[in-house]
Amino acid sequence: MNGAGNANAGVGRAASQLHRLLTKAWRLQPLCVSLYAILLSFVVGGVLISIIGINPFEAYWALLRGMVGGGDEIAGSVARSVPFIGSALALAFAFRAGLFNIGAEGQLLAGGVTAAFVGALSWMSDLPGIVAIPLILIAGAMGGAIWGGIPGVLRAKTGAHEVISTIMLNSLVLFGVRWMVKSRDPVVLLDTDSTVPRTEPISDTAVLPELVDSQPTLHVGLFALLGVCFVVAFVLNRTTFGFEVGTVGLNPHASHYAGINVNRVIVASMAVSGAFAGLAAASEVSGTNGFFQPGTFSLMGFDGIAIALLARTNPVAIIAAALLWGSMLSGAPLMQQEADVSIDVVRIIQALVLLFVAADAIVRYLFRVRDLDQSPLMATSVEGAV
Amino acid sequence: MAQASNSTASPVLEIEGITKTFPGVVANDNVSLTLNQGEIHCLLGENGAGKSTLMNMVFGLYRPDQGTIRVRGQPVHFEDSGEAIARGIGMVHQHFQLIPLFTVAENIILGNEVTRGAFLDLDTARRQINALAERYGLAVDPDATVGDLSVGEQQRVELVKALFRDADILILDEPTAVLTPGEVDDFFEVVESLTQQGKSIIFITHKLREVLAVADRITVLRAGRMVGTAAADAATQQSLANLMVGRDVVFRVDKAEPDPGESVIRVEDLRVTDDRGVETVSGFDVDVRAGEIFGIAGVEGNGQRELVEAICGMRPPTGGRVEMLGQNTTGWSPRKIHQLGVAHVPENRSKHGVVAQYSIADNLVLNRYNHRKFALRGVRNTAAINAEAKDLVERFDVRTPGVGVAVDTLSGGNQQKVIVARELTGDLRALVVAQPTRGLDVGSIEFIHRKIIELRDRGMAVLLVSAELDEILSLSDRIGVLYRGRLAGTVDAADTTREELGLLMATGTQS
Repeated sequence: MNGAGNANAGVGRAASQLHRLLTKAWRLQPLCVSLYAILLSFVVGGVLISIIGINPFEAYWALLRGMVGGGDEIAGSVARSVPFIGSALALAFAFRAGLFNIGAEGQLLAGGVTAAFVGALSWMSDLPGIVAIPLILIAGAMGGAIWGGIPGVLRAKTGAHEVISTIMLNSLVLFGVRWMVKSRDPVVLLDTDSTVPRTEPISDTAVLPELVDSQPTLHVGLFALLGVCFVVAFVLNRTTFGFEVGTVGLNPHASHYAGINVNRVIVASMAVSGAFAGLAAASEVSGTNGFFQPGTFSLMGFDGIAIALLARTNPVAIIAAALLWGSMLSGAPLMQQEADVSIDVVRIIQALVLLFVAADAIVRYLFRVRDLDQSPLMATSVEGAV
Repeated sequence: MAQASNSTASPVLEIEGITKTFPGVVANDNVSLTLNQGEIHCLLGENGAGKSTLMNMVFGLYRPDQGTIRVRGQPVHFEDSGEAIARGIGMVHQHFQLIPLFTVAENIILGNEVTRGAFLDLDTARRQINALAERYGLAVDPDATVGDLSVGEQQRVELVKALFRDADILILDEPTAVLTPGEVDDFFEVVESLTQQGKSIIFITHKLREVLAVADRITVLRAGRMVGTAAADAATQQSLANLMVGRDVVFRVDKAEPDPGESVIRVEDLRVTDDRGVETVSGFDVDVRAGEIFGIAGVEGNGQRELVEAICGMRPPTGGRVEMLGQNTTGWSPRKIHQLGVAHVPENRSKHGVVAQYSIADNLVLNRYNHRKFALRGVRNTAAINAEAKDLVERFDVRTPGVGVAVDTLSGGNQQKVIVARELTGDLRALVVAQPTRGLDVGSIEFIHRKIIELRDRGMAVLLVSAELDEILSLSDRIGVLYRGRLAGTVDAADTTREELGLLMATGTQS
């Protein structure tokens, strides 16, 4: 009893030491909760692994080597992470405007199918790569922007909540593209030469150059999405459009009062968000697969939600969160091979991360995080109450 | 005023040496106060002086860091408000804690239900409530739905609720803030009758006239410290105000004779509906000229909000016409109206006036963020924004550690100064200002009044909407009374009386 108490106190002390280090030495205060959520998820995941009778350290060691154990593993992990950057930005940008865009799943499909359609057009092969590649990426972004813009318009014109409409639009596009890709009578987008249902291959000129021949291929799309993250950070923090988006997100009433066209900002934010998902899908179609197959994008949009929340919707932190997410998925097969732990355990750990990020009170309690953002609020509530 | 003999009675509540700190703020510093049986004790102070904090400790909502609270001589340490209620303490909060969809009876028994088996016994409750209502002269209908009641009636429900829980010590937090002048008088009668029947009352307020009308004794708090206790008959408005603010306060607003010019804001037969689709402005006319302050008085909820929003472009009118500076601005967007040179200090500070999480600097340029001075080709010029903010903070005396801090760390008065600073800057021709000093302390009120008069003297047309009759009277050149969405009458500020205006506000007619 006493021993357990001491152990508890010891863990508590270690946790608060860690907290001090993170906040003082590395200035990671805003991301503390996310970091602890990851740590805690691995601890809980480790407990689960030991319950099924496997040494969690062995399993995690295999996972780690699968993630970053060598050049190929690292390249594969990064390649796996690239599209997550786009799907996470799709949530993060709209979130700044106070909108909960959970339609990245559908916006990816809309962008992917548009990119594949444009990429396979016969005249694309006549264009040089320097034209064809931007064209296919823009086409994908446009496809996503339209699919994201629709719920924006619905919200602005009718007040329909974007959570509902994006879910609906997810289903619509999912079954729509499945039909387009599978249907033999009439043939819509199906490549009749292929044994699996997919679109015709895109023109060689529209293929993003490969960086590393890893599994999956690491291609130049990486730079496109990294660039977008920094552009988004700049737009949100330094431009008038970013100011309008943030103002609408924090206080739509005050925005209206200050002369901002709230409806225009809502539609624009949703469309821009969709464009990020569309861009991610186009870069996959162009750089990884060379054609469009709906199954490739399954869960990618929903993972984007988790990644964006883990990164606290900070566009630069999204890069790190997406890398973590992608490499965990990329490293999991080695863990299954060597330690006999199912790949699904990684999915469970990821689900725990999201849970702890969402229910951050648990993390704050365990790691004794005093929310610095909240103390000024405390002070106002005192004055406000008097 | 109650008899002085009451003050010799035994103390029912003693607060001794109470200190309470919040992160970064000393809310109460060694405060002591004694409440005698049957006494009305006024707790007076500016916003942020620590009045509500002190009373929240008495009511068990906060725990003091130091000091003791004694109820009828016994020291108490309340863990929550339930324990305070059990000791006979009742509190009526500034914002009512009522459920609008429930009836009066259901609200009153909530948390203290009268039951028969597993069922509510509303008949017994109704009888008990009627008995209480009769005894204390608090007319309430147990079967009315609370959401349908006026603010004054809701307040009576709150009082009955406290009495239903056998409270002998009643804490009333800014009870008159929401009442019309007539309702205030009724309320004072109720308070007197409560004390005559042995209840003891702590009355929190920052309105000096009320203090003198109703209190037996007065304790003044300033910045968390007790600066004085006095018997009400020994105090004057001036002496109390000076104690509250800590310096001499000028009550009268000095202003020159108005020199009205051409018509600037002309409203004709304006009709506006509120959010529920109910027409609250029904054929309103007004004509405000350059260089005059036109005050609109009226009990709240007579269409003030919709009127102001329609004039400033935030709400499309359903009929009629708004003309400003010679242009038909009916249905214009808020931005176009602002560009015309019409500033708007909104009624609702936190909803419309500021973005709470934004810095003071961003709030100060909230409607000018895209002007060439502050943004070049869509990229914001942070240096220029901060320079402007520093200048405005200094000129409008906003008390803040810097322009980068979030606006919600400021007190209400300083937030309002931020809004006023923003709105009163630029090339202005007219000003529409709603409830500019609501909830503010004497010092801030004085400052904002001076600024409004300055603008008038520079030839601007000012439309002032306020629920504070004193504010209307001391600032306006002409006064219109808004009654059920129409202009019930216009009077000259120089030769009207509170009584005349009160009658217009209450009945819509002058006789």
